[in-house]
Amino acid sequence: MSKNDNITIEEVRHLALLTRINMSEEEIEQMRDQMSDILSSIEILSEVETDGVEPTGHSVDVHSVMREDISSDSIKLDEALANAPRQENSFIRVRAVLEE
Amino acid sequence: MPTLDIKGLTINAARRLLDEKEVSALELTQAYLDRIVSVEEDVHSFVSVTADIALEQANIADRMISEGVHGHLTGIPMQLKDNMSTKGVPTTCSSKMLEHFIPPYDAYVTEKLKDAGAILLGKGNLDEFAMGSSTENSALKVTHNPWDLEKVPGGSSGGPAAAVAASECVFSLGSDTGGSIRQPASLCGVVGMKPTYGLVSRFGLVAFASSLDQIGPITSDVEDSAVVLSHIAGHDQRDSTSLNIDVPDYSEGLVADLTGFKVGVPVEYFSEGIDSGVENSVRNAIKVLSDLGADIVETSLPHSAYALAVYYIIAPSEASANLSRYDGVKYGYSSDVAGSMWDALENTRQNGFGPEVKRRIMLGTYALSSGYYDAYYVKAQKVWTIIRNEFKEAFESFDVLAMPTAPTTAFDIGGKTGDPVQMYLNDIFTIPANIAGIPAISVSCGILDGLPVGLQFMAGALQEKKLFRAAYAYQQATNWHHIKANI
Repeated sequence: MSKNDNITIEEVRHLALLTRINMSEEEIEQMRDQMSDILSSIEILSEVETDGVEPTGHSVDVHSVMREDISSDSIKLDEALANAPRQENSFIRVRAVLEE
Repeated sequence: MPTLDIKGLTINAARRLLDEKEVSALELTQAYLDRIVSVEEDVHSFVSVTADIALEQANIADRMISEGVHGHLTGIPMQLKDNMSTKGVPTTCSSKMLEHFIPPYDAYVTEKLKDAGAILLGKGNLDEFAMGSSTENSALKVTHNPWDLEKVPGGSSGGPAAAVAASECVFSLGSDTGGSIRQPASLCGVVGMKPTYGLVSRFGLVAFASSLDQIGPITSDVEDSAVVLSHIAGHDQRDSTSLNIDVPDYSEGLVADLTGFKVGVPVEYFSEGIDSGVENSVRNAIKVLSDLGADIVETSLPHSAYALAVYYIIAPSEASANLSRYDGVKYGYSSDVAGSMWDALENTRQNGFGPEVKRRIMLGTYALSSGYYDAYYVKAQKVWTIIRNEFKEAFESFDVLAMPTAPTTAFDIGGKTGDPVQMYLNDIFTIPANIAGIPAISVSCGILDGLPVGLQFMAGALQEKKLFRAAYAYQQATNWHHIKANI
């Protein structure tokens, strides 16, 4: 597989949409080249025989942790809102979600 | 009072000065604030300096000391990497996205150190969202290596490592997802320690790759590292991966003798790509361990060679999910661009994130997307299992493994920024410990052309005491950690 066949311009454009990152055509081309390089470097994993190996999801064995369902204090409303870029009457203001 | 020399001052030495009333916490804190003013224009290791808070905390510490109700860290000036939440103090992750973010709560580690009476001097620079190996990905400033200002300090905890190396604080905390504590510690000639995954709570640590991220100390020597870890380790129910275990006193049992200690030297960590000077320094260090009575045995961890590739699938995948929260709505940078909700979101993420962060979000999204999930993500998870098991087996035969921390000493600022794959290779010897979830430490073991070299030890899960014992014995037998950057 030649270097730039690892990922196409179209795929990078689709990723930009999925990740909601606006990108110029120039950025998309540069991203394609760099991602191709990175994907080439991780292709060596195909050398490893993994038939019958269980996947790991975490570096140590941790399981779901439960706690008693008891209410407790949390941060105050004004603290929670303090970093919101736009707010109105104790609400976070957002742009219209549904188009008119 | 004689002039206070804080160069290379350790926690233990500062403790003696404070306890014997040779210096007050206020005087000590002021000395560090002065030091920061004088070297920061060259080093740039701090994102923010919290002088007012530091002086206020110093006054409280002095009261605690005079009342005799203090602990080992009371009155000790520290820095925290700027991805650890500090209530009321900006926590930027060195990103435009969080440049003006002020957390409403403290991270677990911030709480623990505050309660212990440690004094916050400020927050340390990092690669944006801890993604990088040179701290050049910081959107706020470039940190310079105190040993040579033309060189990088390593990363992503480059600010903390440089700050300790330049004596701008007594200790700092870093976070380590693939080597971000140990590699900069190696490049700056200080001690950097990554604990077992789950030993230190991640509550309040801004998430990068949650199954790998771990907080640990950056200090001047191994004794200090053990002291700090003893303060920040422990169970916290706000982090569901926090281990519920009894935390030992890591300072106990440090002896300058390794009789009967079994040290494995894995051949894969002396492979192609390692600088010959680094290899010589590390091999000489291993001879010192042998002189201390350790049993040195060459061994092999063949799948370590695949850890880097596993990492560059797993870590970006988790990052792509973790960083989806930055939408410009609840907190952080928010674009004013005209248009729809989607226009605002896409513009916010375009301007708020730097190139490396975008690269990792896109790479992770790719690895998790339908059609590639099995080939990349599941494949990486299976190799992850093999690597973990290989380490587990190794620690049935060895107390610790010894190897270099990084393949080279500090490189030129700007030298590797154009080539992500070359940059990623800096972490080739540190990443396996994150994948295996095991503790590891880097200590200085030589100086090449004026730049420090790092010796790394790894130990089995929760075997921090063995790690500290090996590293302590090595420092007792050598002088490298006493040689300081000339700044």
